[in-house]
Parts: sequence; structure tokens; C-alpha cells
Amino acid sequence: MIEDRTTQPVRELTKSEKRFVGIHIIFAVAALSIGIQYGPMQALEHAGLDLYPKLSFLASSYYQGLTLHGVLNALIWTTFFITGFLTMVVIRGLQRPLKYPWLNRLGFWMMVVGLVTTAIPILADKATVLYTFYPPMEASSLFYIGLVLVVVGSWIEGYGMYFTFYAWRKENPGTRSPFVALASVITMAMWQIATLGVATEILAIILPSVFGWTSGTDPQLSRTLFWFTGHPLVYFWVLPAYLSWYAFLPKQVGGKMFSDSLARLVFWLFLVLSTPLGFHHQFTDPGIPAGWKFIHALLTLAVSFPSLLTLFTVIASLEYGGRKRGGKGLFGWIKALPWSNPSVVWQLLAGILFVFGGIGGIINASYNVNLALHNTSWIPGHFHLTVASAATMSFVGISFWLVPYLTGKPLWKPKLAAAGAWIYFGGMLIFSNAMHVIGLLGAPRRTPLGLAPYIPEEWAGHLWRIGFGGTIMWIGLMIFIIVTLVTAVQRKRLPADELVEVPIAESIRDPQATPVWLDRWRPWLITAILLVVLSYGPQLYEQITQVQLTSPGFSP
Amino acid sequence: MSGDADQHIHIDPYERNWIRIAIGFLVFFVVMILVAGLALGIQVPTDEGRVDPNTLDQDSRFGNPGLREIVPGEEYEVYIVAHRFSFTPREITVPKGAKVTFWATSGDVQHGFALEGTNVNMMLVPGQVSKLSATFDTPGQYDFICHEYCGLGHAVMFGTVTVES
Ligand code: HEM
Ligand SMILES: [Cu+2]
Repeated sequence: MIEDRTTQPVRELTKSEKRFVGIHIIFAVAALSIGIQYGPMQALEHAGLDLYPKLSFLASSYYQGLTLHGVLNALIWTTFFITGFLTMVVIRGLQRPLKYPWLNRLGFWMMVVGLVTTAIPILADKATVLYTFYPPMEASSLFYIGLVLVVVGSWIEGYGMYFTFYAWRKENPGTRSPFVALASVITMAMWQIATLGVATEILAIILPSVFGWTSGTDPQLSRTLFWFTGHPLVYFWVLPAYLSWYAFLPKQVGGKMFSDSLARLVFWLFLVLSTPLGFHHQFTDPGIPAGWKFIHALLTLAVSFPSLLTLFTVIASLEYGGRKRGGKGLFGWIKALPWSNPSVVWQLLAGILFVFGGIGGIINASYNVNLALHNTSWIPGHFHLTVASAATMSFVGISFWLVPYLTGKPLWKPKLAAAGAWIYFGGMLIFSNAMHVIGLLGAPRRTPLGLAPYIPEEWAGHLWRIGFGGTIMWIGLMIFIIVTLVTAVQRKRLPADELVEVPIAESIRDPQATPVWLDRWRPWLITAILLVVLSYGPQLYEQITQVQLTSPGFSP
Repeated sequence: MSGDADQHIHIDPYERNWIRIAIGFLVFFVVMILVAGLALGIQVPTDEGRVDPNTLDQDSRFGNPGLREIVPGEEYEVYIVAHRFSFTPREITVPKGAKVTFWATSGDVQHGFALEGTNVNMMLVPGQVSKLSATFDTPGQYDFICHEYCGLGHAVMFGTVTVES
């Protein structure tokens, strides 16, 4: 079906473009396949079943496994999937090839080199510093160099998308940019601003200390720079899921996009509000005045506003689709949604879990309330609802049409693929609930609780639920991995008249009716940078002018 | 096709109501935080100045960690130094009803300090001084636990406050 207002045929991705996107997905899924093996090991360890001695080829310690789990899942699976997916969306959305394909290729291969460079020291147990690598705990220099290459590679892929967008602009004056392409480029622009923090941390503080050029690091300044990036990182994970919920999912359920203008507004608000609020990860830090923490708490509540808008708009477009499918009454439209479609069900369940994740996020951000849960198991309980549910489950859902689109092959066992969503969802409800509860009871995160001497009896009833739920989650994701793998390697091909299309939804209102100010970069970019300068400038100035490089490195 | 003249964003009436509700929610949260902070006095750590992590033993406060009585039976201060993988002191005993201010720092890597049953939860960052207080109205044992990964022995790092009746 062609939803274009023009009569020109849709320009699908060329073979080589599909191959380029596909190789992103291969690396992403490979990283996830390794990363999640440690999940049930951690969860079962909490439940009293210590698999580490038996599986010592996987990790020599709980912490080495946890480093792999965090880096491969939260950093590699996400970044590779997102850059691949957004590249596809930009090409397909703009109906034109990349302006400088070599630039995107350069960025991608830089990410691959970075991934390998980071992985070697982690696997050699020379970088067991977890994915937050707080100094003065010190890893092999390769670990940091690799991470910088991954980040800079993702910037370069972002520039490639930006130049393509700009070229389209020149070719199509007076036309509103397609929402999906604009949203992709906004996401990459937000990522560019946000990652300046961690890049500075590694290049200006950590590496000079690791190489012995300075006497050590300033751990507090490092934390501040890390969390400058650390929070917007979660929007980098979630925005591509939002993009899918806004513009792809409605088409998949047979409806339309509820509002092109509001969707744009939401993405611009994320560009503006994602970064200037990192102190909400540092409420319990010394060295930062409480007043600044409070300001960042207010800004964090402000950034929940575009998410609340998303909640409404996405549900509204799903309802529109459900009613068009014949759903009646207050809730009948929900039943009418195509729950048997694996791509749809993974994304719908992702959205449901994200409601809980969002509520938890507002609780975390609530300044002094944070004292009740900072660094407890509540936190991993929370972000398995966000990055491991909202983002990961959406990416799984997207993969279920994207892989057939890229390969021209039918999805292997769609019923099994759809069942995986319910399995993962059920496991997640049990796992994440138990993690939240023991967190409130005081259980620390990043701790093999089986070794801890301070665990009271009362926790036992929750600890086994972590092991149980975690194992079920693992089954759900293994189904995804196997289905994807078999789909990609099978011989069977889709007949020419059944080829999968990119499901881009039409807007209920004509996008050309979207006000121009929602299609202009300058005001939003300037506001974004201004807010970062206002919210971070004074504290960064203070911390940088008073820097003390007094912490020499320690190996774990 | 409508033209560019219309610069107003079209918002559905239901959505307009939802926007009002959403803003109402957020204002309510801010008020609750202010009540907890100002009326109930629940404060987060703030900037308490610096200390050299390499010469803690010569520091006037952390060179001699332990409990200090300010007002007998009522007000206490305790200076705690975290090193891999233990706190000094590990055991602290105070009378029931005591208000205890915890001053803590780290002599090596980052650690955490979360005291069971209270709002004392803070990061211990080398070079920085962390401070929070709690009042103990119920006798018993309260563990303080290191909740930041600090190395291979992290899981055994904790201490205890004993509140006597
Ligand atoms: C098979 C399903 C999974 C299970 C059973 C699982 C289990 C766990 C557990 C028990 C922890 C807590 C460890 C601790 O604090 O000591 C943890 C941490 C974590 N998980 Fe998962 N997980 C799974 C999948 C995922 C996925 C898909 C992602 C992201 C895409 C993810 C991201 C993380 C991150 C970032 C951490 C924190 C690491 C750290 O504290 O350094 N997990 N996971
Ligand atoms: Cu510790």
C-alpha cells in the first residue's frame, strides 16, 4: 500500500542499504544473545542457586558477568540496534539514499572496532568495573578507548543521517519533513549533545590518569560528567521505541497516527529536556549543593510531561485502529487489536510495562524520596521495565517485521514469536516486582546477595521470585533470538507479492497542516544548549576550577 | 491542503484535558517533595567540602574515626572511613532517642552507605565528605550496608548501629 500523497511509487531500501542496516542488527542481536546469559545467573544467585562455579567459562566472578551483562545489553545491543533502525527509517522516510554512505559506513565500522576493543579486556577480566566504570576503580585502557570509539562511531552515523536530512530539505523546500525521519535525526542530535559528558570524562580525566600522565582522577567531577550522559542515555534507548509506537505501530494495527504535530512536539521537548537534569542520579552524592539537585529534580518532572503526552497519543491512535477493526464499547477496541501479530504484541506489552516503569521513574526523580531507594535493588527492578522492557521489547517487536523486510524471508514460527512476548512479560512482572520490594527493604544492588552476611530471613520469600521470574524472562528472549536466527538463515523466501513493507502510518491530519515552528531546528537546538548551560554551567565551572586529581587508580 | 498560515497546533479536546491532568499531577508531586523537604525535614546530602583521600589518617576529623558525644544521651556525631572492604568503625552503640549525624568518606574507591530503617543513604566518594543524620527511637540493631560496587569483596562490606534501651 502506498500512503504517499504523491503518486510516485515508494522507494524501498536498495539491496546494499538493506545489507548495511542488517549488519547493525546482527551485531545487536549477537550482543544481546551473550549479554542475557548472565541475567538468570544473577537472578538465581539472589535466589540461592550459585551457578558461577559451574559456569566459570562464562565469568570468573559475579562482577565480571555483571559488567558483560550491563555493557552488552545496555550499551551494545541498544546502540547497534538503534543506529541500524534509525538509518533505515531515515532512508525510507525521506525516500532518498544516504547523502554520504561512506560516512555512515565509517561510523559503523568504528563502532565495531570499538566493541571489539572494549570486549577484549572485559573477557580477560581486566575491566571488571561494571558498565558505569566509576573512577578511581580502573580498567585496562583498551576498555575506555573502545567505549570512546563506539560513541564517536555513533556520532558519525548521526552526522550521516543529518547530512541526508539536510539534502532532502534542500530538495523539498516548503514541504514538512516526514515525521519519522525528523524524529530519527532529533534522537541522534540529542545523543550528540548528551554524550559530550562521558566523552570528556574518559578523554580528559580517566585516560590521562590510566596512562600515568596525571596523578589520578577527581571521582566527583567524573561522576558529574558521567551522569550528564547517563540519564539522556535512557532517552536514547526509549525514543526509538516511541518512534515506533507513534508512527509504525498504528499502521500495524490498521489505524493512523493520531497527531503529527503533537508527535513532533514531543520529540522536540525531549531534545530540549533530556540532558539538563543528570543530578537526579546524584541526589545522594556529596560535593553537589542540595539546591542544584532540587532544580534538576524539577527539570526531571518536566521531562515526564512529553512522556505523559505520549501515553495519551499512543493510546488514542491504538483506539482509532481498534475501532476501525470493529472494536466496540469502552474496552472492546483493545480486544480487537491484532494481539496474535508477534510484532504488535511485543510492543503492546512493552508499552504496558513502561507505564509501571514511568511511575517508578517519577518516584526515583522525586528528590528526597530517592533516599529510600538509591542504589537498592529497586533501581535494577525499575530499569528492567524501561531499557529491558519498553526499549528491548519494542526492538524485538520491530525486528519481527524488520528482519523479514531486510532479508525477504518469512518470519519463522510467528505463533512461537508471539508467545515469547507473554512469557517475557510474565517473567518480568514477577522479577521486577520482587526486585522493587527487596529494594525497599534495603537490599543493595550490584551485590551477590548469596555472599552477603547481612541478609535477613524475611527476604527469602522475595529472593526466589527474582530467580524464578528471571529464568522465565530468559526463555522469552531466547525465543526471540532463535526465531530471528532461523528466519535469517532459512532458505525459504517470501513470494514477490507478499514482501513485507515498512509500516509507516499516515497522520489523521495532513502533515502539511503542522505548524512550521515544529519543523525548524534552530529554536529548539538553541533552547536545548541554553538549558544545558544554565543547569550545568555553574556547577561544572565550580567543580572544574576546584578539580583535585587526588585519586590514583585501583584495580577491582 | 491547508497552508502554512496556520501556526497553531491542533489539539484534540480530550488531549487538552489530559494535558491539564498531567500538569496537575506534576505540580502535586512538586508540592509533596517540598512538604517532605521543608515540613518533615528530609534532606539530601549537600556540599560539605573536600578532604584529601590519601592523608585521611592526618585529618582532624577522619584521622580518628568513631563516635563523639555532643549532648549526652541526645546528640552524637560519628566519623566513618570506608576502605575496601570494611567501615571504620564497624560497630556503633548509641542510646535510644539519640540523634546521630553520620560524617563519612572513602580512603580508596567509591563506596555506598545505606542505613537500614532510616533515610540515611549516601555515596562515599574519595575526596568528598558525606553527611546525613538520623534519630533512633526504637532500640535494636541497624545495619549500614555498602551499596556501590567497590571491588571483589564488596558483598561483605557492612557495619551495625546498636540502639540500647
Ligand atoms: C534474561 C533476562 C534478564 C535477567 C534475568 C536479568 C537480571 C538482572 C539482574 C538480577 C540484575 C541485577 C544485578 C545486581 O544488581 O546485582 C541485572 C542488572 C542489569 N541488567 Fe539485566 N536481566 C535481564 C535482561 C536484561 C536486558 C534485556 C537488559 C538491557 C537491555 C538488562 C540490563 C541490565 C543492566 C543495565 C543492569 C545493571 C548492571 C549494573 O548494575 O552494573 N538486563 N539484570
Ligand atoms: Cu564498599
